[in-house]
Amino acid sequence: MATQHTRTLGRMAVAPSVLALFLWMIVPLGMTIYFSFLRYNLLDPGNESFIGLVNYKYFLSDPAFLSALGNSLKIVGSVLAISIIGGVILALLLDQAIYGRSFVRLMVIAPFFVMPTVSALVWKNMMMHPVQGVLAWLSQTFGLEPIDWFTHHPLLAVIIIVAWQWLPFATLILLTALQSMDEEQKEAAEMDGTPPLSYFRYMVVPHLARPITVVVLIETIFLLNVFAEIYVTGSGGRAGNMPYLVYFQGLLNFDVGGASAGGIIAVILANIVAFFLMRMIGKNLEG
Amino acid sequence: MARAVPKSRRWLMTIIAWAIAFVIFFPILWTIITSFKTEGDAVLSPPDLLTAGWTTESYGVVQDRSNYFKFAMNSVMLALGSTAFALLLAIPAAWAMAFAPGKRTKDLLMWMLSTKMMPPVGALIPIYLIFRDLHLLDTRGGIITVLMLLNLPIIIWMLYTYFKEIPGEILEASRMDGASVGKELIYVLAPMAIPGIASTVLLNVILAWNEAFWTLSLTTKNAAPLTQFIASYSSPEGLFWAKLSAASTMAIAPILVLGWFAQKQLVRGLTFGAVK
Amino acid sequence: MGNITLKNVHKAFGDAVIIPDASLDIRTGEFVVFVGPSGCGKSTLLRLIAGLEDLTSGQIFIDGKDVSDTPPSQRGLSMVFQSYALYPHMSVRNNIGFGLKMAGVPPEEINAKVAKAAATLNLTDYLDRKPRQLSGGQRQRVAIGRAIVRQPKAFLFDEPLSNLDAALRVNMRVEIMQLHQDLGATMIYVTHDQVEAMTMANRIVVLNKGNIEQVGSPLELYNSPDSLFVAGFIGSPKMNFITGDVARARKAATLGIRPEHIEIVKGKGDWQGTIHFAEHLGADSFLHVDTKDAGRLTVRAPGDFMGKPGDAIALKPDGARMHRFDDRGLAIR
Repeated sequence: MATQHTRTLGRMAVAPSVLALFLWMIVPLGMTIYFSFLRYNLLDPGNESFIGLVNYKYFLSDPAFLSALGNSLKIVGSVLAISIIGGVILALLLDQAIYGRSFVRLMVIAPFFVMPTVSALVWKNMMMHPVQGVLAWLSQTFGLEPIDWFTHHPLLAVIIIVAWQWLPFATLILLTALQSMDEEQKEAAEMDGTPPLSYFRYMVVPHLARPITVVVLIETIFLLNVFAEIYVTGSGGRAGNMPYLVYFQGLLNFDVGGASAGGIIAVILANIVAFFLMRMIGKNLEG
Repeated sequence: MARAVPKSRRWLMTIIAWAIAFVIFFPILWTIITSFKTEGDAVLSPPDLLTAGWTTESYGVVQDRSNYFKFAMNSVMLALGSTAFALLLAIPAAWAMAFAPGKRTKDLLMWMLSTKMMPPVGALIPIYLIFRDLHLLDTRGGIITVLMLLNLPIIIWMLYTYFKEIPGEILEASRMDGASVGKELIYVLAPMAIPGIASTVLLNVILAWNEAFWTLSLTTKNAAPLTQFIASYSSPEGLFWAKLSAASTMAIAPILVLGWFAQKQLVRGLTFGAVK
Repeated sequence: MGNITLKNVHKAFGDAVIIPDASLDIRTGEFVVFVGPSGCGKSTLLRLIAGLEDLTSGQIFIDGKDVSDTPPSQRGLSMVFQSYALYPHMSVRNNIGFGLKMAGVPPEEINAKVAKAAATLNLTDYLDRKPRQLSGGQRQRVAIGRAIVRQPKAFLFDEPLSNLDAALRVNMRVEIMQLHQDLGATMIYVTHDQVEAMTMANRIVVLNKGNIEQVGSPLELYNSPDSLFVAGFIGSPKMNFITGDVARARKAATLGIRPEHIEIVKGKGDWQGTIHFAEHLGADSFLHVDTKDAGRLTVRAPGDFMGKPGDAIALKPDGARMHRFDDRGLAIR
């Protein structure tokens, strides 16, 4: 409902944002695609030449690529599993009548606000240190051999750190969704004498289906781009994922062409995920 | 009205919930505690909680050695600068999409979101090279622009959902009262949308403050925010736990407080309005 | 001044035609009510006059000047919205004064005018409150106050009373009529409530599916409706419509007779029936009567009428007050 006049003004008001985002998306992407076809090394400037798909061939056949792809998927998969399962349990727990609920809630969501570089360092040094770390001390207390996390299980260590940051996110969103459940619906279920398990199965699960999907899709986007936790803990060699590999190739090896090819492959992977996310949000926009 | 829950069950749930919450919160708590220990006490295993002396000396050392306030200042400037810049573009855009929607408005919103889906590594190399050639590397202006673009879709989206909740009749009333579009925005829409704008600002500040990929890649010294500051502790100062803890505490404290205030808005912003 | 002319106004949203073709002349100082069921286009017509919607084609004139392309802010009209649309962040004083402020009126003058309007509307004690601290009726008055301070060429009301409870609605109705008398300004009032239309209007415009069915004074519409639609819409309870032999005997496809124009007679009337049930309102009783000839009829009886469901009853319609309609639903005169 608007007049032609306001619609014209509207277009002018939207234009700067659209233009900025368009440039932000298209210029780097275009350049990345272009570079990916070049032999282009920052240490050897002026000698760029077109080499077609060689960078892709090189990047895809690099064992580091398969390992990075595998690590990417492992990080996404495990963190998703941990945060969804843990998130549902925690959300259900925090939705109960408990003493000091708001304080518990604050403690649970706190890790999400911690800067990735901080959580990486705190976990690496103070929690997971094989000699003086808290986890090592706990293991010894229970008579177990302390684990040298970053030497023997670098990927698992990264997954734990990242899951620690994203479990609160899932909990927060699922809890918010739970709390928006209709009180009268709960009461109607009680009047019907619904046992708790059936209530969970037939009322709670359907209600949480949508927020869970949202969490899955959003976390996937962020988790595919995990970088600081790997970079800062220095576990890129064995636990490096796609972003790390591209960074490593481009800014540490100065191989712009190869890194660009990797970047494009990462973009394609992310787009497959984004496709589903957009459809989901698009549907949501209708309602 | 919910019925009373049996006391025993309530206590049981309380204990379980507190225990889990404690475990989750523990690394943060531990960091804060360690920051007040001496280096010697910090690395003791088993940890010494009761007899260790409390000291704020680490905070002083951190400030002296690595100039915390310079990094913190950069973090503040980047977070606020990118937020202000983004609002400048986003408020008119969200106004237009909420109150003068066209056939393409929905597609446009979706497209804006899709830019957020693009993995930063796809853009890293060109942006790095462009920044190098334009001498924008390690400048506040450059990184503010990147952070602004990074969060612009979320900001537009959030403002859009807030604006949608303002009844169009009120804006029409101001038009009938003779207000021009500019005055309508300043006198009517903006004041009514203050809570929404405030939450948007809060979320964006948090996101910008914690953004680590671009700030680590594009800054080194002059424009480096706290993410860089902490990363510089990865070695060899990482061995000095009390100082690392003090530095970490200082880096996360402001945003932890903001984040606690902004929980609800965060859900809405991060799920693009899908969960309220 | 304040005459408003619509000339072949046509409005469509994409393929959906809301107003096919409307022409209307509203004279200075008139109180005109647009009435019709929901979705009939009455609010759209009002918003077109206000300038909140674009015309698809046609013209609108205010005081002889073509305003078809003039933005709402420059048409010199005031509008009272259904939701009141008060500015929630402004005090009552600033709400009322906002239009004057936008027009660049000096502050002292604004204050004086706001004070005067507030006094007229009994709002003086509330000037420093925010809208949320007011009752529904007070909010309504603020909305009206906001409209009157600007001394507009005409007032537009978009179902302003529909959010009020029944008792308050009657009071506000009187207040708005009083205001019309005092100001002598042109007022266009949209409602779906035919009682509001009948009690307030100088002229009623009945709309149906975007078309103007009939324009006339309340009594004209009551006494000689042009169509079945108008006949059925105006008057409460609804006019009885009779089809079949009874209608055919009078050379009509449909025969209309209002409940108040059917007499209950002793002995043998024109139509015999039994009482299905009775609504006792005190002053009147409305009987729902099943007749053999004319089907189910609503009949007005005196308040002390004692008939019970199942009682036999004889009815005699007032022949002069019968309305005849042809098979297209138009009145036969």
